[in-house]
Amino acid sequence: MNRALSNPLAQWGFAIIATILVLAALAPWIAPYDPDAIDVKSILLAPSTTHWMGTDGLGRDVFSRMLFGARISLLVGFVAVGIATFIGVILGAISGFYRGWIDVVIMRLVDIMLSIPTFFLILAVIAFLTPSIWNIMIVIGLTSWMGVTRLVRAEFLSLREREYVLAAETLGARNFRLIFRHLLPNSLTPIIVSTVLGIASAVLVESSLSFLGLGVQPPQASWGNILTDGKEYIQFAWWLSAFPGMAILITVLGYNLLGEGLRDALDPRTKS
Amino acid sequence: MIQYLAKRLFWMVPLLIGISLISFLILHLAPGDITTTEAGFNPKASEESRQKLRKLYHLDEPLMVQYGLWLKRMATLDFGESFAGHQRPVLWEKKDEKGNVTKGMIQEALPITLLINVISLILTMLLAIPLGMIAARKHHQWQDRAITVFNFVGFSIPGFWLSLLLMYWLGVVYNIFPISGIHSINYQSFSTWDKIYDTTRHLFLPIVIPSLTGLAGITLFVKNGMLDVLHQDYITTARAKGLAEDVVIRRHALRNALLPLITIMGLSIPGLIGGSVIAETLFAIPGMGKLFYDAVMMRDFPVIMGILTIGAALTLIGNLLADIAYAWADPRVRRGVVR
Repeated sequence: MNRALSNPLAQWGFAIIATILVLAALAPWIAPYDPDAIDVKSILLAPSTTHWMGTDGLGRDVFSRMLFGARISLLVGFVAVGIATFIGVILGAISGFYRGWIDVVIMRLVDIMLSIPTFFLILAVIAFLTPSIWNIMIVIGLTSWMGVTRLVRAEFLSLREREYVLAAETLGARNFRLIFRHLLPNSLTPIIVSTVLGIASAVLVESSLSFLGLGVQPPQASWGNILTDGKEYIQFAWWLSAFPGMAILITVLGYNLLGEGLRDALDPRTKS
Repeated sequence: MIQYLAKRLFWMVPLLIGISLISFLILHLAPGDITTTEAGFNPKASEESRQKLRKLYHLDEPLMVQYGLWLKRMATLDFGESFAGHQRPVLWEKKDEKGNVTKGMIQEALPITLLINVISLILTMLLAIPLGMIAARKHHQWQDRAITVFNFVGFSIPGFWLSLLLMYWLGVVYNIFPISGIHSINYQSFSTWDKIYDTTRHLFLPIVIPSLTGLAGITLFVKNGMLDVLHQDYITTARAKGLAEDVVIRRHALRNALLPLITIMGLSIPGLIGGSVIAETLFAIPGMGKLFYDAVMMRDFPVIMGILTIGAALTLIGNLLADIAYAWADPRVRRGVVR
């Protein structure tokens, strides 16, 4: 863990994510305006000392909307990847631990899911359901567990043959105990790395969906749907596309830096 | 080798059936069908006429019967007709009694998406391979650091945002590239060269943007592959016998470092197809992504299922081609020494 803390990439990533987390958590207290308050007298104002990031087509304060939008991005990232990791760990553990026919079934399921263009599937399902933030998180989660499954399975397959596991088995440890006490804790490193990198791509998927109008629905603010407005007004109001785009870029960059940093620090193979 | 290929081809059938079953179930378990949109546009549509529509499309049958019917038609490559688009055939052109030919929707959309993605992928490789090699040879020097920074930004930048910015700057402000469609309005009156020039100008941004966003991953991949290879004994041997560094890199290291790229190219197909939705809707390009987006909005089942199936089939074929190419490029695999 100390090595992870002293890795400069991980430090930068952590600092970025922590800053955004704090800003999002404090949004109701630091937002200068109500994010949904329409003000027809101040439509499309350029950034100034009163409106730091300008106002949008309905006169809403963009900075306030950005702060509340940060909550959406963070929440979607965490929950969607949480679901994917949960499914992936369970299926991967079953596959790698029991092997045999169940392994074959799960691995074919992974192959099938990897062959479907995932973004198409997400798009189709979201369009059929009512687009809401919960549906988005669930659908992203349900379509992105394959990587973790393969990872956990591979770890389990190799750890299963280690002597300490055989010893525990010989001493009469039950499967449940073997999995949760001996195998899973030793597979944590790659799971953590892939979780952090997974959040980065979930944030991108959510913002793309919201940008297409299928994600978080207005008036609720999300970086993606602020950008949709930015597209409409791109000739008159650069601030509507510049700030949310930068915010998504920085957030995703933060997760990627943290993930790669952790990988560098924790994976002995890249240490050479 | 032939036996291996036959086995792979054989496995594709159950995989395709599995893919279609999963897509079918997911789509049909979701609430709402064509009658909610088609009738939704027409407030006079009664419950009775909705039932008629459902009957027409077999939507009143149990789910597994519907899937059975669909699969039976698929077996004869009959993808059906669009619910929404004036009963246009989904996959391939059809002739009516009068001899008028109606083009299939996928028939028209797929070549456009393939063209854009293939050129884009080639462009990515042409840029990523030299960048990755430089990063590996100048490991930990400023060139490597610059490329690493570029990679992280490339990984993290939202493609649609980059598209929006370039569309605005290069399209609207400087008016260098058209920002919508694949042809100008007066395309038909152009000479052949003007047609090519016109299409190139229209497709420039849609091709370059995915290359830029895809560049990061491939560059990193080439760099890591190169670093791995450069530590191998045979490279030390090549250097020890006095070969020029340039020859060592080009003749000995590069070939082996690039091998895994073949697999990566095969694996990147579903992502490319999926990514085409945003680019094509933004630039109004009538490809698979735009077609899919429109179909989803209309709840046009036959088109949605058709595109998902074709997309999955393309992915499987792509993976197979990648494996064949790998075996062709690597004699160890071809002779069955390693798998």
